[in-house]
Amino acid sequence: MIVIQNLIDAISLGSVYALAALGIGLIFSIMRLINFAHGELIMVGGFVIYAMAGNPMIVMALTAIIVVTILALGMERIAFRPLRKASPPTLLIASFAVSYLVQHSILMTFGSRPMGVDFLSGLGESIEFAGLRVPLLQCIAIVVTVALMVGLVVFFRASRIGVQMRAAAEDFTMARLLGVKADRVIAVAFALSGILASFVSLYLVAQTGTVSYKMGVNMVLIAFVASVIGGMGSLTGAALGGFLVGIVSVSLQAYLPEELRPYRDAFVFLLFIAFLLWRPQGLLVRRASERV
Amino acid sequence: MQAPVAHNPLRTALLLALILLAVAAIANFFPPALQRTVTQAMIMVVVVTGLYTFCGNSGVFSFGHVAFMAIGGYTSAILTILPGKKEVALDLPLWLEQLQLPVSVAGPIAVLFAGLIALLVGLVFMRLRGIALPMATFAMLVIVYVVALNWQAVTGGRQALVGLPRTTGLWTAFGFAVVALVVAALYDRTRRGLALRCSRESEVAAAATGIDVERERLLAFVVSAMIVAAGGVLFAHFLGTMTANTFYLDLTFVTLTMLVVGGMRSLTGACAGVALVSIVSEVFRSVERGVSLGGTTIAAPPGLQEIVLALILLVILLMRPHGLTGDWELTLPGRSKR
Repeated sequence: MIVIQNLIDAISLGSVYALAALGIGLIFSIMRLINFAHGELIMVGGFVIYAMAGNPMIVMALTAIIVVTILALGMERIAFRPLRKASPPTLLIASFAVSYLVQHSILMTFGSRPMGVDFLSGLGESIEFAGLRVPLLQCIAIVVTVALMVGLVVFFRASRIGVQMRAAAEDFTMARLLGVKADRVIAVAFALSGILASFVSLYLVAQTGTVSYKMGVNMVLIAFVASVIGGMGSLTGAALGGFLVGIVSVSLQAYLPEELRPYRDAFVFLLFIAFLLWRPQGLLVRRASERV
Repeated sequence: MQAPVAHNPLRTALLLALILLAVAAIANFFPPALQRTVTQAMIMVVVVTGLYTFCGNSGVFSFGHVAFMAIGGYTSAILTILPGKKEVALDLPLWLEQLQLPVSVAGPIAVLFAGLIALLVGLVFMRLRGIALPMATFAMLVIVYVVALNWQAVTGGRQALVGLPRTTGLWTAFGFAVVALVVAALYDRTRRGLALRCSRESEVAAAATGIDVERERLLAFVVSAMIVAAGGVLFAHFLGTMTANTFYLDLTFVTLTMLVVGGMRSLTGACAGVALVSIVSEVFRSVERGVSLGGTTIAAPPGLQEIVLALILLVILLMRPHGLTGDWELTLPGRSKR
């Protein structure tokens, strides 16, 4: 029983990680940018919910989604578009700068102390089911993640811009030569990553009931790991990586000896380094030999 | 793109040292608060010079070097704090608890220890290529942070470790800044340094000419970790306290900003970056404290300093991707050979 309980925990945590990793993987696949500022999209989503407290839930959620999407588009337009030709490490540093900028703008406006928000707190209740105790929020997280993923798949297969995005992820230069508009594809990618990030914020705020200007950092670190494990550039890989990291985290939490449990994240990152040595290109990407 | 001018790194280091000497001599007469700022900037020269030794020469970003600062700082802390205080705050083996060394002995031990860790970590990490290597250094930063935050018995965990002898003054920091510059310049001069810079321009071409890129990177990684650890020791004995949060993402961001803004491909750039970032930080820190304008004090909200730093970094990345100095090194006019 305890195994199944852990499995459910792992899947629900993994689904949130997968959403965060997808947001990072999406941007990377198209413009080779590891977007550290993705965590700040998640964080700002939380603060929008905080600022909108008192309104109906649906209004809070929708405002968060809209504001975060606009912020994602703004980041692309102001910071990342001029840097499109830069090398991946330079882009990463730039995203660091954007992240720092957004974090401290929020700090300046709202202060550094975590603040409580009442958002979907009813979902903390559990449903008993065949001896298992499953919090409602976890069920919803899994359902929403699956729905978003199905939506993404449909979008990438069926819509014109979706197909163009896949082409751009495959070979950006070639796609442009064939008439794919670079600006549009990248803007849509950022918009999608904003939407994904805002769902992560909804989950985080509902789960913890607090917002703070540092709340995005841990999530983005985990999402990094997840998207690298899956294979940078592969969206299926990012989702898979998210679930894997979820499973590993929950297993470590459950099976590590008591005194080592505070070090859980250190073990996660240690395993990550071991993974990098074993398969630096990630699970779902074939190693391309370097072209000279 | 202009061809890099051949120059003597040692001469550059000595010229930079002269400028630092002038700064220190002037700062000697500053009020204590401002003098502390200059001292901290000198410590950052040590750290960023160390960072340059690896990142600048190899072209590989490291997000993990602040972890070596932490390792150096904590090691020196454990070796220098009064046994009585250690008994209360920590839970060390008896011999380590009883041990109390002067900073002049503990510091070198801490630096060597960090070098040893860097060697072990580097042996594993340097096998990685491309973006995997910076990601691994990131992972190292997180691991060291999580361990420092939770290992109550050795680091004090979530409580600050207090009672380090505060031995880092202006002139100590200046002295080590000069040493760091000279060590970095000496490394630059060697064929190993040249080989590593060659691999920066083209990994494939370097390998084809018989350069063992892994080995060259490893050497630079260890040297740079030791310089950075020395900066960590200085910083620890400058603050007098150690907390895990001091050595995490914020400091990583600040040090990388210094490196990138100044120009990560030159020693002059490393110093210029430290100078610019320190000046901007100090100006905005005083604005945050409050500026009196016609009788009323206007204080900017906290966070402004960081926002300005982030903006400067972004503007530099957009306008001058190779930093303020680019490839340029400070040297005497008309005397560069070849």
